[in-house]
Amino acid sequence: MAATSTQRGVTPIRPAPRKTLPWPIQFYRSAVGRKWVMGVTGLMLLGFVVVHMLGNFKAYISPESIDHYGEALRDMGGHLVPRTHLLWAMRLGLIGAFALHIHAALSLTLMSRRSNPQSGIDGQKKYAGSQDYIAANFASRTMRWTGPIIVLYILFHLADLTWGTRSDEFVRGEPYHNMVDSMSSLPVAIIYIVANLAVAIHIFHGTWSAMQSIGINNPRINGIRKPVSMGLAALVLVGNLSFPIMVQAGVLDEETSEESAPALVLSEEVTS
Amino acid sequence: MSGSGNTNVLNLTLKVWRQEGPNATGSFDSIPVEGIADDMSFLEMLDIVNEQIIEQGGIPIEFDHDCREGICGACGVMINGNAHGPKKGTTTCQLHMRNFEDGDEIVVEPWRASGFPIMRDLVVDRSPFDHIVESGGYISVNTGAAPDANLIPVPKDASDMAMDAAACIGCGACVAACPNSAAQLFTSAKLSHMNLLPQGQAERWKRTEQMVETMEQFFGACTNHGECTEACPKEISLDNIAFMNRDYLKSKVKNRKLTGQVFP
Repeated sequence: MAATSTQRGVTPIRPAPRKTLPWPIQFYRSAVGRKWVMGVTGLMLLGFVVVHMLGNFKAYISPESIDHYGEALRDMGGHLVPRTHLLWAMRLGLIGAFALHIHAALSLTLMSRRSNPQSGIDGQKKYAGSQDYIAANFASRTMRWTGPIIVLYILFHLADLTWGTRSDEFVRGEPYHNMVDSMSSLPVAIIYIVANLAVAIHIFHGTWSAMQSIGINNPRINGIRKPVSMGLAALVLVGNLSFPIMVQAGVLDEETSEESAPALVLSEEVTS
Repeated sequence: MSGSGNTNVLNLTLKVWRQEGPNATGSFDSIPVEGIADDMSFLEMLDIVNEQIIEQGGIPIEFDHDCREGICGACGVMINGNAHGPKKGTTTCQLHMRNFEDGDEIVVEPWRASGFPIMRDLVVDRSPFDHIVESGGYISVNTGAAPDANLIPVPKDASDMAMDAAACIGCGACVAACPNSAAQLFTSAKLSHMNLLPQGQAERWKRTEQMVETMEQFFGACTNHGECTEACPKEISLDNIAFMNRDYLKSKVKNRKLTGQVFP
């Protein structure tokens, strides 16, 4: 252990933790704890993204298939719980995960900024020398940019396909019709494509980083952590990009939707 | 020292960070350097430059160094934006000038982080590393006289990982290279070094909690870029950071449980 001894002392950038607080709060106030929270909530959100995509694949089976799926989500729990209550419980979990993920990310960024007089974060170079980064890749360096892009995209996506505020053509309870109506507009399709690129880049570093942050580490699995992250990112990228592209290509279109009477019958049941 | 006849001589331009004191404003100084043999180490090259500067009546460039064998951790500068220069797994003192080309401009800077304030030229104050070790990087259980060899069995895997982690010389290259100026690699190496071995178990959870929390008073937050491992002259693995993260959560639970078991 070698370090320059000095009389001067180095001013801390953060105060010592308060030991009187309950341990989960103490844990969350530490940077390592916040990375844990980011990792766990990140994996929850990743699970949501994958399940959401799998559900959307039902659009390729038939319009009724995805419309039924949407209805099944709202009616989850059958007669055991009031309608949409289970769905709302899951939504609240997701909103909580989002809030914690974003709060942890913001506070950790601020902490890193304080730790660095010539901030190497946000893409600036820390040193005048020519070498920039060795190990950090595009995905890891742009997490602080792809994150906000995803937040904006989610707001747009909710307005577009959940609240239906973007278009007058929106019909509640008919996801197939709404999806085709939305993505058949070229600008909207481009928004979905760009946003899902950001999602995939975020997932690529995020998955690996989450495993590191929550200590999923064992010589037997370390070799597959990067390939698994890349595979998940690729899966989400290909799967989610397929929807706007297939709508634009005309593979998914309104005609198939109109042929299918059951979807309309279903939506009548929903409103009654 | 190969002593072979094919020693090349390099003429270089050094762009060195000069700063008179902790509160002074620093700037880069361009110094032409001639006749450097390529089997010199980087620090020997700096010695020659300092000789030149002294002969011309200037103030020599201040830099930290001690053993010059790559085992003490005293030396360390950013060379062309690389901690300890371009060669992997090498400290500045073990970096030879044959890694540079004739006519190169070499940018030499001190480590940069709030936790490592610059004291003068290339010298930074690394006392926060001492504070981290002071807060738990020791084993204080009284073990009596020296035990017989092999009295305490240590699993081979644990001993390998602990020994690899113990190779950390505390030079600060990890913090210097980190875009967040985080000290996770250093702290986790010190923790793995003790937390994996039987002798370290009694104080394991107190140590983990205290060392992590001391680290966070001075340094940034890890974002898993992996720059630290690349910069590390001892090639300490990122696996140590995952191990520390795992132990830190456990420490919060175990320390609380321990406190509950103590009767006043």
